[in-house]
Amino acid sequence: MSYAAAATMERGPSSFGVYNLKLGMWVFLLSEVMFFTGLIGAYIILRFARPEQFAEPGVVLNVPLTALNTFILICSSVTMVKAYAEIERGNQKGLRTYLLATVVLGLVFLGIQAIEYTVLSHEGFVPMADQYAAHGRQGGEAVLGGPLYGATFYTMTGFHGTHVSIGVFCMIFTTIKAFRGGYSATSYGGVEIMGLYWHFVDLVWIILFTIVYLI
Amino acid sequence: MSFWQKYIFSTDHKIIGIQFLFVSLFFLLVGGLLAIQIRWQVGFPGKPMPLGGLLPESMAVGGVILPEYYIQLVTMHGTFMVFFAIMPLLVGVYANFLIPLKLGTHDMAFPRINMWSFWLALLAGMIMLAGFFVPDGAARAGWTMYAPLSARPDLSGATLAQQLWCVSIVVLGLSSVMGSLNYITTVINHRAPGMTWFRMPLSVWALFITAILGVLALPVLQGAAIMLLFDQTIGTHFFDPVAGGQALLWQHLFWFFGHPEVYILILPAMGFVSDILANGARKPIFGYHAMIWAIVAIGFLGWIVWGHHMFMSGMNPMLAGTFMITTLMIAVPSAIKTFNWLGTLWRGNIRFHSPMLHALAFVALFVIGGLSGVFLAAAPVDIPLHDTYFVVAHIHYVLFGGSLFGIFGAITFWFPKMFGRMMNEGLAKAHFALTFLFFNLVFFPMHMLGSGGMMRRLYDPTQYPHLAAQQGTNVFISVSALLLFASQSLFIVNFFWSLFRGRRASANPWEAGSLEWSAPSPPPHGNWGGVTPTVFRGPYEYSAPEAKNDYWLQSEPPAGRPATGSH
Repeated sequence: MSYAAAATMERGPSSFGVYNLKLGMWVFLLSEVMFFTGLIGAYIILRFARPEQFAEPGVVLNVPLTALNTFILICSSVTMVKAYAEIERGNQKGLRTYLLATVVLGLVFLGIQAIEYTVLSHEGFVPMADQYAAHGRQGGEAVLGGPLYGATFYTMTGFHGTHVSIGVFCMIFTTIKAFRGGYSATSYGGVEIMGLYWHFVDLVWIILFTIVYLI
Repeated sequence: MSFWQKYIFSTDHKIIGIQFLFVSLFFLLVGGLLAIQIRWQVGFPGKPMPLGGLLPESMAVGGVILPEYYIQLVTMHGTFMVFFAIMPLLVGVYANFLIPLKLGTHDMAFPRINMWSFWLALLAGMIMLAGFFVPDGAARAGWTMYAPLSARPDLSGATLAQQLWCVSIVVLGLSSVMGSLNYITTVINHRAPGMTWFRMPLSVWALFITAILGVLALPVLQGAAIMLLFDQTIGTHFFDPVAGGQALLWQHLFWFFGHPEVYILILPAMGFVSDILANGARKPIFGYHAMIWAIVAIGFLGWIVWGHHMFMSGMNPMLAGTFMITTLMIAVPSAIKTFNWLGTLWRGNIRFHSPMLHALAFVALFVIGGLSGVFLAAAPVDIPLHDTYFVVAHIHYVLFGGSLFGIFGAITFWFPKMFGRMMNEGLAKAHFALTFLFFNLVFFPMHMLGSGGMMRRLYDPTQYPHLAAQQGTNVFISVSALLLFASQSLFIVNFFWSLFRGRRASANPWEAGSLEWSAPSPPPHGNWGGVTPTVFRGPYEYSAPEAKNDYWLQSEPPAGRPATGSH
């Protein structure tokens, strides 16, 4: 975005050439980084302290399904970038199409996560320590892992899911505004900061998928 | 604008600052009321407290404080003072009020988010206060909420109140992040023409670094509080060793937040004091750039010292050496600041107005608190001193002697700008003198009590033979504490009397140089009536030989150039 375009959106001079909304979003994302850092740090400490409570990758959790879900979320980041590129060129139709696609992909991600949660809790993989009885996908007799596995899994993926839900919720408003012609080639800050948030949520998921499901 | 828009759901940074001022002074009073009950019990254990009969049977029987209530008192005193009094007084009040005025802008970058930040803080305070009115009483695991006591209702005896504590902290964290991102964006993007980074007053620098600490620290506490809430409600065991959780993990998460929080609680006060000292000494602040780098250094070092709260927690002792060295390093920027304050005062033509007295007290008391901090930072010394009244003395010398004296200085200094009236100088000085005296009488003897082995949060010292000989000191402290509390009535009277009856203030009653003093007192909505001031110089140009009044306002042009304002 050109500096002139930014200046039309918000008043006042800018030190770094970053307009208010965008700067505010970056600072907010910094706080989000620290929030997930706390959760991930706690997970790492608990996992190193109690390795016996964490099952082998893929035994309890459905890695192929989640890999598909990860792919869907990455695709939604691509459509988000396309939406941004379209409005930068002033293409209203492209903006609407790609925003709508991003909303749909976000909803599909949440749907698959809901299915995953349902199946896992039926298999005894729950956050409550006294009810934890994960038998894994093969359905053997032995309880795999321990309650910390369930607790950390649902806390981290749950907070990520909450962030995706908030993102989809806000994205719906962005999309409605786009359909009403609220953005133009000179004024599209809302799309840009929505994109920043969405990419952040995507990035967090890639980290979570790696450390919770794969290793 | 209607009354509601103008004074209640206001987006004007000055009104929001004033709203924060009233709310956090209320919570300061709540914290004080809890403190004198603690002192009654420690000084006169087993004796019925005056008016104690008003408390329900679950708190005090016949006016005698129960142990269950006592632990609620110490928990909630710490919680209210740290989260709902000192932090909003420093940041909520003065970051909101001062940043746009000192930078020469009409308002914050996000006025509506700013309004939400205030209302969420108030909501959080109400949730916390509600703890006293639920059936099983307020939270009772200490303000640090150490697990597993905080995580298990069967150990603490409190269910709902412990959960309210966690919920309140999560809401407060949200408020704090919203406020901080506003301050950061405003400082970066909304400086008046000519207001370069190195022409900003030190108070703005301190608030800016504080906001960065807030944005990064509070979310960690929020995450930890949510995990604790899960332990209490849905039955996870993150912090309960019975099912494999880690009690130490809570301490690490809490203090990873907690130590940056300590600097959130002192850096703004250092900034205010720098402004006031230069004004009272009628000299430019000594070592302006060094002061800024010291603030930045303290802000950075604050992230790598949290383990010094945990020397005796069972943490790997190898780590103690590391944390000890990083902690002692903080003495370097702190000493830079102290010597620069002394350098500012040196040969100054000092005006002992009431803000100046508070600022001078800040420097003196912060040095005492800083030195006892060096004791506690040294792991071998901390081993006998940890969890004693020595720690209580230390925290109160920095948080009351430091932060709260800084706050009183700030309130008296900026009161005319906030309300357009002067505070009564005689009452303000009397309040200062009594507070300074009784503060030292309360907290200095605590160093001796702590060295003598008196444990903090102790319900009844007379139960221990080694403390029986010191009970006289405890009685002395308790009487002084009651007098300290009573002295605050002078402040309350002065505050409300001056609000309505105080002498009308001119735009610049202290003859200060920074931009807020170029606006009317109180500034109108938009601060300079649509005009943005242009800045030509730094904020501390006192005793300037070529200036006509011995000081320069930042917006005064150099001789021979016309004053300009851009619309």
